[in-house]
Amino acid sequence: MSAKFERLVLDVLKPHEPNALEFARAIAAHGYRVQLAVEEMDEKTESVVLVVEGSLIDFDLVRATISELGGSLHSIDEVEVRGAEPLAE
Amino acid sequence: MSPVRHLRFLLHITSSHPILRRYVVVNGFDGALTMLGLLAGFRVAPEVPIKAMITACIGAAVALGVSGVASAFISEAAERRLALKELESAMIHDLEDSAHGRAARLVPYLIAASNGMSPFMISVFILLPLWLGKWGYTLPLAPLDAALVLAFCMIFLLGAYLGRIGQTSWLAGGMKSLLVAIITALAVFLLG
Repeated sequence: MSAKFERLVLDVLKPHEPNALEFARAIAAHGYRVQLAVEEMDEKTESVVLVVEGSLIDFDLVRATISELGGSLHSIDEVEVRGAEPLAE
Repeated sequence: MSPVRHLRFLLHITSSHPILRRYVVVNGFDGALTMLGLLAGFRVAPEVPIKAMITACIGAAVALGVSGVASAFISEAAERRLALKELESAMIHDLEDSAHGRAARLVPYLIAASNGMSPFMISVFILLPLWLGKWGYTLPLAPLDAALVLAFCMIFLLGAYLGRIGQTSWLAGGMKSLLVAIITALAVFLLG
């Protein structure tokens, strides 16, 4: 049975560079709507909450992009999923 | 992402643009001043053939280029490794496969190449009149004098560029560099 992720709220730790604009833009480049809020700032890192919205979110692709940019996914805080229509008997 | 854009991105995330610029200008200045010193020496020496001038100057240019590549690579590779380790320690996460890891591996090569190419290319440019003279082209000045003028111009331009980067007067920056060049040439004339 397949399910479509339509909204994900992710807690991510990232380096200062790439900055929030570039980080969000890299994920949005896959065709998603992205909202990023910086929650905490450290000397070399920042904790951000990333909201990804789309009709069919590829979670592995989002996670790979976060890793590519040097980020680390700490937790999945919210998920909105739409189940596939059951097949007719 | 195109390879050029990717390289620019790697330079950006490691904040390497100012370092790269500084290396290019500082080593370019070294190259131009070395050529000026050599050319001024040939100017006071009696009857040095153009071929010997070119060989000596190219030798110095190659040495400056190799020295630039080697010194920048050794220092930058160590600095980038250290920066990556510190970031990994802050992230509590291995970053070897990320853009930061790739930047730590690639940026030293890029900086080393720029650091070596800068004095070499500037030196070759300053030597152009000598080559033209050797190939029989007629210049408004004697080839050695034309090369000296070109060396002064390059040094002025590098100073002007630094002045512009520092958001001060480009003319003042250029004149300061030119003063250094004049002092160098005078020292060679006096000692030579």
